[in-house]
Amino acid sequence: MSSIRVLVGTRKGAFVLTSDGTRKSWKVDGPHFAGWEIYHLKASPVNPDRMYASQSSGWFGQVLQRSDDGGKTWEAAGNQFNYASETGTHKWYDGSDHPWEFKRVWHLEPSLSDPEKVYAGVEDAALFESPDGGKTWTELTGLRTHKTAPEWAPGAGGMCAHTIVIDPTNHDRIFVAISSAGTFRSDDAGKTWRPINNGLKSNYIPDPDAYVGHCVHRIAMHPSRPDTLFMQKHWDVMRTDDGGENWREISGNLPTDFGFVVDINANEPDTVYVLPITSDSHHFVPDGKLRVFRSRTGGDEWEALTKGLPQENCYVNVLRDAMSVDTLDPSGVYFGTSGGQVYASPDGGDTWSAIVRDLPPVCSVEVQTLK
Amino acid sequence: MIQVVLPRNLQILAGVGRVVEVDVEGPATQRSILDALEASHPALVGTLRDAVTKKRRPMIRFFACEEDLSDESPDAPLPQEVGSGKEPLLIIGAIAGG
Repeated sequence: MSSIRVLVGTRKGAFVLTSDGTRKSWKVDGPHFAGWEIYHLKASPVNPDRMYASQSSGWFGQVLQRSDDGGKTWEAAGNQFNYASETGTHKWYDGSDHPWEFKRVWHLEPSLSDPEKVYAGVEDAALFESPDGGKTWTELTGLRTHKTAPEWAPGAGGMCAHTIVIDPTNHDRIFVAISSAGTFRSDDAGKTWRPINNGLKSNYIPDPDAYVGHCVHRIAMHPSRPDTLFMQKHWDVMRTDDGGENWREISGNLPTDFGFVVDINANEPDTVYVLPITSDSHHFVPDGKLRVFRSRTGGDEWEALTKGLPQENCYVNVLRDAMSVDTLDPSGVYFGTSGGQVYASPDGGDTWSAIVRDLPPVCSVEVQTLK
Repeated sequence: MIQVVLPRNLQILAGVGRVVEVDVEGPATQRSILDALEASHPALVGTLRDAVTKKRRPMIRFFACEEDLSDESPDAPLPQEVGSGKEPLLIIGAIAGG
């Protein structure tokens, strides 16, 4: 029988939640790395017991952890994230030029074919690659040295490369999203990059149709349809069907189109989930109600999913890496909140229950479906 | 042996107790002690000082013999009591965030 493992990164440690395929009863293991911020942890799709975790602290900096036994034990891997060429400057909040500085790893994306290979998206925005299970890291400089990079500026959370999506049909094609530069695509395994932001419109920046400068919060791809991506932008939910060449808005009837997460049902490529947040100045859900919105039509038409979720006096946020889906049928959907709850739906979003309610604020949720 | 007291989070990271003993050749300085500490416990590389520039991380402080030595030169000799092992080098995570 299949089993499920949910990897949860929080502000004060990592937790591993496990269940059998019924997804009714859960075991909670943790905290691992107690007291440290765990921005993200993710397992290799090739070797599910190989996991990587980004552990960081304002005091002690960046540590990269690795597990080879499914998260039971961990060892520190390499934490040398050195920009590979002269760093130059990007724009700072006040418009001045600011030197590129490494701060932390936001996202880890293990290779789809090699358990030793893993990508890291970091702040200040850059992409690193490790060929040896996280021991050593080399920057793929083409992203940070893109000709538009001196004009990139940080969002409120920093100038972070927070999303990495690998095309499962062509591993050389990689999508990256950066706050607040936008979305970029490489067709040569990360050597060269170009912005793919055509169709994005951001009314809060000087040029709403800018080539770069959009605050993209998250992008998601269904593995069966690599030219179609869904995006939660700062405001607006977007979709492309040509690998990012053109985007169109699919916010439709959402109560607000601000948010962070977007994900796709594992069995239905046109079933999309978002979790609307009131606004960029109110980082909590609207009207005191925690609602996931589901579209079964690839966008535009959305239905609120509320059964089992609090519908009064709820004022939590859900961050960009904090939603994930499993690949069982029906597909399970999981998300974690700033209030420390991790919710699970074993039926594609129809009903929800909390696996745990009182963890530290959740930064990331990743799900493994184990055979 | 020189005694180094680590903050709790780094004890867990390095898999050690509160006090770590290191041996250095020549005079005991911040640099020589941290070099020895990182050589014996590689998980600590980058957590106390930048791995490349060797500059102390901003919220790490060094104390010994009731003195704050954080802003001393990393090559300045530490008090004799530290070198002899009579007093420890205290590595402190700055009290912040409250």
